[in-house]
Amino acid sequence: MRRRENRALFVMVVPAIAVGAAFFLLPLARLAVVGATGPLGPQAYLAVVTSPRYLEALLSTLVLSAAVTATTLVIAGIAGVFLERSRFLGREALLSMLTLPLAFPGVVIGFMVIMLAGRTGLVGELTALLGGGRLVFAYSMAGLFTGYLYFSIPRVILTIMAAAEKLDPALEEAAKSLGAGPWRVVRDVILPALAPALIASGAICFATSMGAFGTAFTLATDIKVLPIVIYTEFTLLANIAMAAALSIVLGAITWATLAASRAVAGATAAAAG
Amino acid sequence: MSTPGSGTAIRLVDCAKTFPNGTRALERTTLEMKSGETVVFLGPSGCGKTTLLRVIAGLESPDPGGRVFFDDEDVTALPIERRNVGMVFQSYALFPNMNVEENIAYGLKVHGVPPARRAQRVDEMLQMMQIGELRERRITQLSGGQRQRVALARAIAVQPRVLLLDEPLTALDALLRERLRIELDVLLHSLGVTAAYVTHDQGEAMAIGDRVAVMNQGALIQVASPREIYYRPRSRFVADFIGTMNRVQGTVRDGALELPGGRIPWTQGAAGTIEVLFRPNDVRIVAEDEAQLRGKVAQQFFLGDRTRLHVSGVADRMVVVETTEHGEFTPGQDICLRIDPDTLLRLRE
Amino acid sequence: MGRTRYFYLQLGFTLLVCAFLILPVLMSIVAGLTENFFIGVRSGLTLRWIGVVWELYAPTIFRSMYIALATLAVTLVLGVPTAYVLAKRPGLVTRMIEEFLVLPVAIPGLAIALALILTYGGFRDFRTSWMFILVGHVLYTLPFMVRSVLAVLSSFDFRILEESAASLGAGFWRRFFGIVVPNARSGIVAGALTVVTLSIGEFNLTWMLHTPETMTLPVGLADSYASMRLEIGSAYTLVFFVMIIPLLIALQRYGTQRVKKARHA
Repeated sequence: MRRRENRALFVMVVPAIAVGAAFFLLPLARLAVVGATGPLGPQAYLAVVTSPRYLEALLSTLVLSAAVTATTLVIAGIAGVFLERSRFLGREALLSMLTLPLAFPGVVIGFMVIMLAGRTGLVGELTALLGGGRLVFAYSMAGLFTGYLYFSIPRVILTIMAAAEKLDPALEEAAKSLGAGPWRVVRDVILPALAPALIASGAICFATSMGAFGTAFTLATDIKVLPIVIYTEFTLLANIAMAAALSIVLGAITWATLAASRAVAGATAAAAG
Repeated sequence: MSTPGSGTAIRLVDCAKTFPNGTRALERTTLEMKSGETVVFLGPSGCGKTTLLRVIAGLESPDPGGRVFFDDEDVTALPIERRNVGMVFQSYALFPNMNVEENIAYGLKVHGVPPARRAQRVDEMLQMMQIGELRERRITQLSGGQRQRVALARAIAVQPRVLLLDEPLTALDALLRERLRIELDVLLHSLGVTAAYVTHDQGEAMAIGDRVAVMNQGALIQVASPREIYYRPRSRFVADFIGTMNRVQGTVRDGALELPGGRIPWTQGAAGTIEVLFRPNDVRIVAEDEAQLRGKVAQQFFLGDRTRLHVSGVADRMVVVETTEHGEFTPGQDICLRIDPDTLLRLRE
Repeated sequence: MGRTRYFYLQLGFTLLVCAFLILPVLMSIVAGLTENFFIGVRSGLTLRWIGVVWELYAPTIFRSMYIALATLAVTLVLGVPTAYVLAKRPGLVTRMIEEFLVLPVAIPGLAIALALILTYGGFRDFRTSWMFILVGHVLYTLPFMVRSVLAVLSSFDFRILEESAASLGAGFWRRFFGIVVPNARSGIVAGALTVVTLSIGEFNLTWMLHTPETMTLPVGLADSYASMRLEIGSAYTLVFFVMIIPLLIALQRYGTQRVKKARHA
């Protein structure tokens, strides 16, 4: 009986596996092969660390992603826990507004950064009003940073809120009864309890920032992050093998980040993201 | 509707069940269930009773060599959807995407019963289970007892000749359980269906079963009527598992069983030191002149419908006595007891 | 607990974050409806920029919509059965499949697009059709559908419902379509909303996979930001918002509803 059922189950899952194999695994394998068969041969994979241009791109992407992750975790941590626990008029609306940017593509976010910090941006208007001249930072690293924050905060807030819902208030009450002040309670009770969610969403934030393309593309900065370098190699320089090799390296980094976080924080926490 | 005695006779031959991870849930079992009979499978968790039920149902296949027969038909290779059994699960497993009416009608629908006849049958079931007013309700709006009735109605609607119940009352509170136990008993007998009933509750087993099958570690230990199980357990496990059993050592000498607290006439043969078992309610508290055994009340427990006494000095260990008499007892008080020697048991192992 | 100092501090902080996220949205909406952004609202409100956007980019809007619907159809057909199989037979093989399912989301869209172009770029007809983009979208959104359905299947005991349906005579397929799928509806709907939302907004993959004949809305947006005046870009963004915001609201509402339902089941 079970065997007959196994056959039906197999039939059910074959289409997805076929599609996955044909359109995902196979192309990725081909990408890896192409990466190793260019003018540099397999050494192309090492170029990311040996060539100064690629190394710089990799490092600036890593630093940017790390900075964005750290900042997002702090911001979304504070806002997320607060929103989960408080009930006040307009909370639902606030929540909707905070999670709106979830679906924005990178291009739109780039545009939002221009709205905020471009030549006619809001920030520029404010600083001009305050007499400090127009502050324009959309097209610099700061603008990129802002854009990455923009798409990271909504995602992390949702995960934090879901985790905060499961916090046991009794633990905090116990800490308070033993004399812990608010900062101690946060440090000793809340943060450890939220740790899996923070790790999982932090990893997702980092991986997404590493692979983000649309935002940087729109802001057309001089800052060369790795995805932009890959793009240029492929479309402008026709350096297909190098583009392929760099893609594989980038993919490996993002995948490894997520895999590590799953191992550390548990699969369920990561799935919620 | 099934008429009494029209149920299917079930026969299990050499059915064992080993799970893929190596657990041996059921040892080689052979069992016959008569048409219309209710057999209750009783035992501690992990004893294999649910596995046995699922083998009868067709949700599990027995290990090679095992066969299941419904009347004369070998149904071993038939999956559950073709065995035509009615099954009630511990969690009732009512379909949340359908209301009560649709749940009850489901089996009929699957079997292709035309709508008019279906509606009629659903009405019959609603009436039989006295849940007419719940017809349109969604499952989530029902209480535990109501869900149980709907689950039963759904299982019976298709007129199964075999009804399988997996701890149907376990999820209910004690008071409800008592009430529904009686209703179930009446229902099963009026339907005439053959029923296999799994429970870990002894009281339920004794009340409902025509026969009780006590199981332990995947094997049937004793299959007999409730009275037989209670008064004539054939193994230590059954004796200990069902109710409380006194177990004392005594010496047979001159036609009497000698205990520290006195002598009881003994006609069952044997000699020397033996172990005998007896039920607490087979011991009578008597006046001094009728006494066979004398002892002291060590502790007394008033349980509402009866009083339980722990009596010291009668045997090598504490003897448990239960009585429904109204008298009060105080620890330290002297007490006289009498036991009918026919109620004393000796066990082989 | 009364409203302490901390409450207002946190509220203020949260409002700031909210402002950071929302103000640019509001600005761009206004810019799309203003005659002349540099002069500001004083120059008057108008719908003419939206008209221009429609003239120039209407095909992209339709294309995004039907690609999203096609993606939805494919992910439903592929994803729901897959989630069912993963839920029904948890074990080593299914864990491996789950790992593979994460990959399209873990690996940057750029890399996936590149891989697709290298492998299938040679098939001219395929390369230049919208189906090429569809493939990318399906790869990216399928994990979300599977995850969503899997989550709901893990929240109630569907196996026992299947067994009870089987005891009443229902065969495998009848059980799947009549019992499992209806009861997994909340996960399927949440997954569907997610897939459509992600597909409409997908850029990284689509930018690489598109051709001038197969531009989608986000690709059009990039084009307009680069080459059109600010008002047109803003108006186009406004159109995008109009499409996406109802979906996001529905997603939020339906997402929380699932949590509430799971508590009762």
